[in-house]
Amino acid sequence: MTLFATREPVIADESRVSTRSAGDLVATDVCAWFSGRLVLEGVTLDMRPSTVTALIGPSGCGKSTFLRILNRMHELVPGAQLAGSVALDGIDIYAGRLRATDTRRHIGMVFQKPNPFPAMSIYDNVLSGLRFSRIPATDRDGIVESSLSKAGLWNEVKNRLRELGGALSGGQQQRLCIARALAVEPRVLLMDEPCSALDPTSTARIEQTIAEIADEVTVVIVTHNMQQAQRVSQNCAFFLAAENEPGRVVETGPTEVIFNSPSDERTLDYVNGRFG
Amino acid sequence: MPPTPRRIGAPLRPRDFGLADAGLLVASLFSSFVLVWVVFYQITLLSGAFGFLLSWYACFLALYWMVTAQLLDRRTATDRVVSALVVTGAAVVFGIVAFIVGWVTWKGVTHLRVNFFTKDMSHFLPADPHVLSHIGVLHAIVGTVEEVGIAAAIAVPVAVLTAVFLNEVGGRGTRIVRTVVTAMSGLPSIVAGVFVYSILVETKLANFSGILASIALFILILPSVTRTTEEVLRIVPGGLREASLALGASEFRTVWSVVLPTARSGMITASLLGIAIAVGETAPLLFTAFGNKVMNTNPFHGDQQALPLLLLDFVRTPEAALVNLAYATAFILLALVLILFVLARVLGRQGSRSGVWRARLRSLLRPRPRPRAGEPSSVALIDPSMKEAPTT
Repeated sequence: MTLFATREPVIADESRVSTRSAGDLVATDVCAWFSGRLVLEGVTLDMRPSTVTALIGPSGCGKSTFLRILNRMHELVPGAQLAGSVALDGIDIYAGRLRATDTRRHIGMVFQKPNPFPAMSIYDNVLSGLRFSRIPATDRDGIVESSLSKAGLWNEVKNRLRELGGALSGGQQQRLCIARALAVEPRVLLMDEPCSALDPTSTARIEQTIAEIADEVTVVIVTHNMQQAQRVSQNCAFFLAAENEPGRVVETGPTEVIFNSPSDERTLDYVNGRFG
Repeated sequence: MPPTPRRIGAPLRPRDFGLADAGLLVASLFSSFVLVWVVFYQITLLSGAFGFLLSWYACFLALYWMVTAQLLDRRTATDRVVSALVVTGAAVVFGIVAFIVGWVTWKGVTHLRVNFFTKDMSHFLPADPHVLSHIGVLHAIVGTVEEVGIAAAIAVPVAVLTAVFLNEVGGRGTRIVRTVVTAMSGLPSIVAGVFVYSILVETKLANFSGILASIALFILILPSVTRTTEEVLRIVPGGLREASLALGASEFRTVWSVVLPTARSGMITASLLGIAIAVGETAPLLFTAFGNKVMNTNPFHGDQQALPLLLLDFVRTPEAALVNLAYATAFILLALVLILFVLARVLGRQGSRSGVWRARLRSLLRPRPRPRAGEPSSVALIDPSMKEAPTT
């Protein structure tokens, strides 16, 4: 509870000591509506600290909606409603004590399409989160270097930090977005199909990045790629929506179990590519 | 040996346009001219250059299509006729602009004197044989710059705020505001002038002055700048707003630090187009700035001149010398607008070049060449301001 007791950003108090722990994110009985239509029902999921949780399932089953609920991006859609609770390290992010902006700083997000800020240089892109939240930073160069290194981009861009972010290739842009999200030192990083617009080499690079950052930040990743889910995640949640019904979680558990010996037949069919 | 490169990406055409095709074009032009001349002037006894040109053009297109279809094929004929139409359209637009600019420049430059930029009209005598060397339009240049400058200084922030409200904030008032802005853009410019006159001058709240002209011009350019800015904000990808919000930025920071900088070049263009409209307006100034023969640098007190107003005065005089002066004034006005457009292009240019430029400017403003030990020199070269040594 002490973590959120003050309005001051946590990162500023702890002055970026590397002992920061990854967050424990627990969703309990989450339901979501768009303009009165129920799209997600009764999702309970524990995303443990320092693990990678993959959300898998066919299109339109509410994976992305669930992901956006986890850092309060869901409420930006007009007509969006919610039931249930999401707790970060024991504190309900929807309880009203936390502002949405604070929540999002602790629970970062990487989107499907790379979206670096085109009017900013690579350097400024990485620091944008800190600037937006007015977090005082003494060692900006250090933050830029460490964030880009974590995202596996430092060696490629260290001599062109003042160039615009849009000048990079798609895979590099996505890694820049990851670096940007990591620069504010979130406890959780949400990734919404981060590799779906990228080639295999860039995908492999990002998967490596995920493995490297997993011990300091909890990762939740939505993916349509079964092999990717197996490669990067320790836990897995299988979402499914029957026709004209809201999406539900069919099965959760360790990735090995979900892929090798799932308890539900639908999970078995899906992970073996028999539908979806 | 590597293969020879060839040019690619040329528009796909049914047939290349060769010398024979040019001959066909010229022949069609000539025969249609002769045909229409015979019909127009000899048989039907019609007259008028404009009607003749139109008939000639229509006849040329028909003849050109038929001849090409006969000699080559119908597909090529259609391609040629459509090409001719498109080229004519472009040529007409370009021709009109080039004619106006060329004519005004030619007539203006021949009457331009240095004293135009240094004197006002206080030494003007009606029958002065050397009138061109005794008077100038400096007072009008100063007036225009002040009136338009103040108008823009009010209009641009208001327009940007309105556009941000319409596109980023939204809510209940959006539709009403958008309707009002649209309705305002249809406002005749003289109405803006009369409006300011009737509520400020006629009620004796204020006298004619430059600031009144600024208010009228502000009313006039506000809708245009607002609508253009709104269009520019609309094309900023929604993904950027989401990315910013997901980093923990407030809505204000998102608009201020992400949306507006991304739309910067378009917004500069929108503002300068609005200013260009204001520079050329005459009607709103008639009842507000009123015009003045002598220099008045104070826009808040007293009648003030402006270039379009002065131009109107010159054209309406019976003296040939002053009509020539009107051309010179028109040229100065044109040059002013041209400078604004060039400025718009230079300032609005987005890309790594302007980024480098800004970085260079920033490093000039606060030079802190303190590279850390062991730092590769190339990084320091890219931007010295980046190397701010950590302060405790």
